[in-house]
Amino acid sequence: MTVVLEVRDLQKTFGAVVAAKDINVTVNEHEIIGIIGANGAGKTTFVNMVTGYLKPTSGHIEFAGRNIMGLPPRDITNLGISRSFQVPQVFTSESVFDNLQMAYAITEASGMGLLSPLYNDERAARVDSHLKRYQIAEYRNATASTLPQGVRKLLDIAMAAVSNPTILMLDEPTSGISVEEKFGLMDIIMEALRQDETTVLFIEHDMEIVERYVSRVLAFYQGEIICDAPTAEALVDSGVREFVIGEEYHRTRTEAANGQSNGQEGDDNA
Amino acid sequence: MRYVDKTVVGLSIAFVVLLFADFFMAEWMRFIGLQSLARGAVALGLLVLWRTGLVSFGHALYFGIGAYAAAMLTLVGYHDAFFLVLAGTLASGLLAFLLGFLLRRYRAIFFALLNMAFSMILYGVIVKTEELGSTDGFSVLTPTFLGYAPQGEAVQTTLFLFTLVFTYIVTVGVHLYLKTTLGGMSMAVRENEIRVEYLGYSAEKVIHVKYVFSGLVAGFGGAIMALAIGQVDPDSMANWNVSGEFVFITILSGIGNVGATYIGALVFELIRTYAFEYAPQVWQFILGGSLLAIIMFLPDGIWSLIDRLRKSEG
Amino acid sequence: MQELIVILVDGLVFSSYLFMVAVGLTVIFGVMKILNVTHGSFYAFGAYMSATLIGAYYSTDWPEFGGFLAIFAAALVVGVFFGIVLERGLLRFLYHRDEHIIVLATFAMFLVLEDVLLIIWGTDPYFAFEPMTLLGSVDIVEMTFDVYSLTLICLAVVVGLGLWLGLTKTKWGKLLLAVIFDREVSQAMGINVTVVFTVTFVIGAIMGALGGAYIAPTISVNPGIGVEVIVLAFAVVVIGGMGSIPGAMIGALLVGISRAAAVHKFPEIELFVIYAIMAVVLSIRPEGLFAPAQARKI
Ligand SMILES: Nc1ncnc2c1ncn2[C@@H]1O[C@H](COP(=O)(O)OP(=O)(O)O)[C@@H](O)[C@H]1O
Ligand SMILES: [Mg+2]
Repeated sequence: MTVVLEVRDLQKTFGAVVAAKDINVTVNEHEIIGIIGANGAGKTTFVNMVTGYLKPTSGHIEFAGRNIMGLPPRDITNLGISRSFQVPQVFTSESVFDNLQMAYAITEASGMGLLSPLYNDERAARVDSHLKRYQIAEYRNATASTLPQGVRKLLDIAMAAVSNPTILMLDEPTSGISVEEKFGLMDIIMEALRQDETTVLFIEHDMEIVERYVSRVLAFYQGEIICDAPTAEALVDSGVREFVIGEEYHRTRTEAANGQSNGQEGDDNA
Repeated sequence: MRYVDKTVVGLSIAFVVLLFADFFMAEWMRFIGLQSLARGAVALGLLVLWRTGLVSFGHALYFGIGAYAAAMLTLVGYHDAFFLVLAGTLASGLLAFLLGFLLRRYRAIFFALLNMAFSMILYGVIVKTEELGSTDGFSVLTPTFLGYAPQGEAVQTTLFLFTLVFTYIVTVGVHLYLKTTLGGMSMAVRENEIRVEYLGYSAEKVIHVKYVFSGLVAGFGGAIMALAIGQVDPDSMANWNVSGEFVFITILSGIGNVGATYIGALVFELIRTYAFEYAPQVWQFILGGSLLAIIMFLPDGIWSLIDRLRKSEG
Repeated sequence: MQELIVILVDGLVFSSYLFMVAVGLTVIFGVMKILNVTHGSFYAFGAYMSATLIGAYYSTDWPEFGGFLAIFAAALVVGVFFGIVLERGLLRFLYHRDEHIIVLATFAMFLVLEDVLLIIWGTDPYFAFEPMTLLGSVDIVEMTFDVYSLTLICLAVVVGLGLWLGLTKTKWGKLLLAVIFDREVSQAMGINVTVVFTVTFVIGAIMGALGGAYIAPTISVNPGIGVEVIVLAFAVVVIGGMGSIPGAMIGALLVGISRAAAVHKFPEIELFVIYAIMAVVLSIRPEGLFAPAQARKI
């Protein structure tokens, strides 16, 4: 297994709030990891630090053997880590097509290429096939601000995936989505990313989704990772059950899922 | 390619028509025309910024630098219009490049006001400089054109021709630029900088490029203005209300089309000239009133009228 | 040493003046997020109205000290009238528009009011020295200062304290802070944001007019004072952090004392020392010295 991301002793404080404490994680290539934890546990802060949006108070972050601490998001994106957002970050008053066209243009162009026309037929074709892959082709000409929440989330993720990143971090891809739609949405996303063999870390509150799609779980509580284990193990962990899931989660479902999520094991940094 | 760019066609037609009209226009028309082209160029720079979501309340800085740079060169014996205008343009561009490193970090009202602060520093410097005539300014001698030294009315005819050619080149250039990836990134930066950064490009860099660009064209406009009215002075070249007028023109024109800035500038020039001539006591009233009317009733500027007309024609 | 004291006193007087003209601007910005260029008109109308009322008062044989009431009456009349007319008649139609557009609308209104001012009062300067002569002068380290200017310091302190107490200790102030913090939530909580906006704008307008009205006896009131003051007030507010009252105070002190120093030491840079400070402060602290906290984005 190749290690793609290694995070050591990460700390982050906002005044008196400790948003990250002794975070140690090693991510292997092609892993699908679920990040769970109550609101305010520090999940987004973790993603923000790995992608360079926030500067950690201290610690180390290595991506593919390279120290990426202190790099801005754009450099980290160009190295191969992308992310989506809890609140979709799209070009609100533009069409879905224009959003993705711009994503491709920025990803592809550099140097003098920036002075070539924004529109070209090959690029448009790539945009259209990407739209199909994320199953939002029917919204091609709709303005982003008018999109249903699920479609906007897909657009946000599709834009993050344009650069074909090594690692994609998804911040609550299913938040604000109705229960019936969640699985459909996740199927689309995971299928698209599986084709690209992308390593995925996603933040999720719904344990059924976690069970279904991930092989390993990172559970956050008050800025700390209290459990880093294969899914089945993590979901029965007493700490996780007490601080993350709460009592309403039924054990039977966990056992039912055990069979299918034993395939892979994450490195443990307990 | 079968695709024709309507804007380029429109600009080219206007260019040719004005080229011929130059030889028949009355002197006052040419004078208004020259000023409109000069101010329109500044508004073009503001349009580029505005599409990026930024408004500068201080572009009189670059207008003033362009004008004073050109005018000061005539004091030390340079008279060639090509050289003067080029120097004015580059001087402004250079200043915009330097200040850009600071200003590209600011957005919204902070960007607008910081620009104003810098323009007021220039104003203060000019007013305090006796050698540049303080508040009175000084006159600019008639330029030559690559050795050709026109006399009488020919001076203005030639200057108009000269201005027209360069304005045409600059405007078509800007239009084409706006269609490139870098040009189109205006939209991306305006709509969502976080996304731009996470797509792997620096929003600040985009803004910096646009800022330098707007400085260059404002300097160009300033240099032309200095030659057109044969005089520079701080109150009509560098004061804060001059910056306000540029923003006014941009609002009036709307940011839909590069050509609209010149129409906006012309309308502004006409309002100003006539208000000043026939109602000097209330010309600010008229100017302010028109601006309010546009903001309230024509929020996307003159260009939206043209758009509407086109749509109703089918 | 003597020079230092003179600079300090001069600086304090000028700072108080700056605070008086800037505080209304910052209050309006803080609550409504509008950078109000017509603030310059409030100031100018306040000054003219004050000069007129003072003139009228001293043409009667009423007690001399009553002339001070004319100043406050002028500020109230101007502030309430223009505050209500502008907010209800213009601004409320623009709240949903881009912030730059709103600034420009107030700029347009400012231009209009400049000419209205000329139509009412003409181009000749007005003088209303009576309140100033009344208070006489004092010597501080062999330099003569007029007492009236020194009272400006007291006025600034009173206004500053009053606003601060009003904001933090009264029910109204707390409502206002809620609106500043989150407009949507306070609306949902049943706070009448429309009324809050109107009242805020009127208070800001009265402050602007009071600045002009109080300064009127010490200057020649002439066309163009509105422009001067708006540019100064902008600088102060931006330096202090827009929307912050302590910021306006610190900004005013910084600018006031530096300018006094410039006037005494390097008169040639007096005009742009203010903008230089603004540029320096903003390049170190982009949002100004005391900018209210920003919500997080992602
Ligand atoms: N930019 C910030 N400024 C101040 N506090 C922050 C900031 N970002 C996060 N926090 C705080 O850090 C803690 C963790 O937040 P976050 O990572 O967003 O949690 P989660 O995504 O797990 O819900 C919270 O207490 C939050 O208020
Ligand atoms: Mg979160």
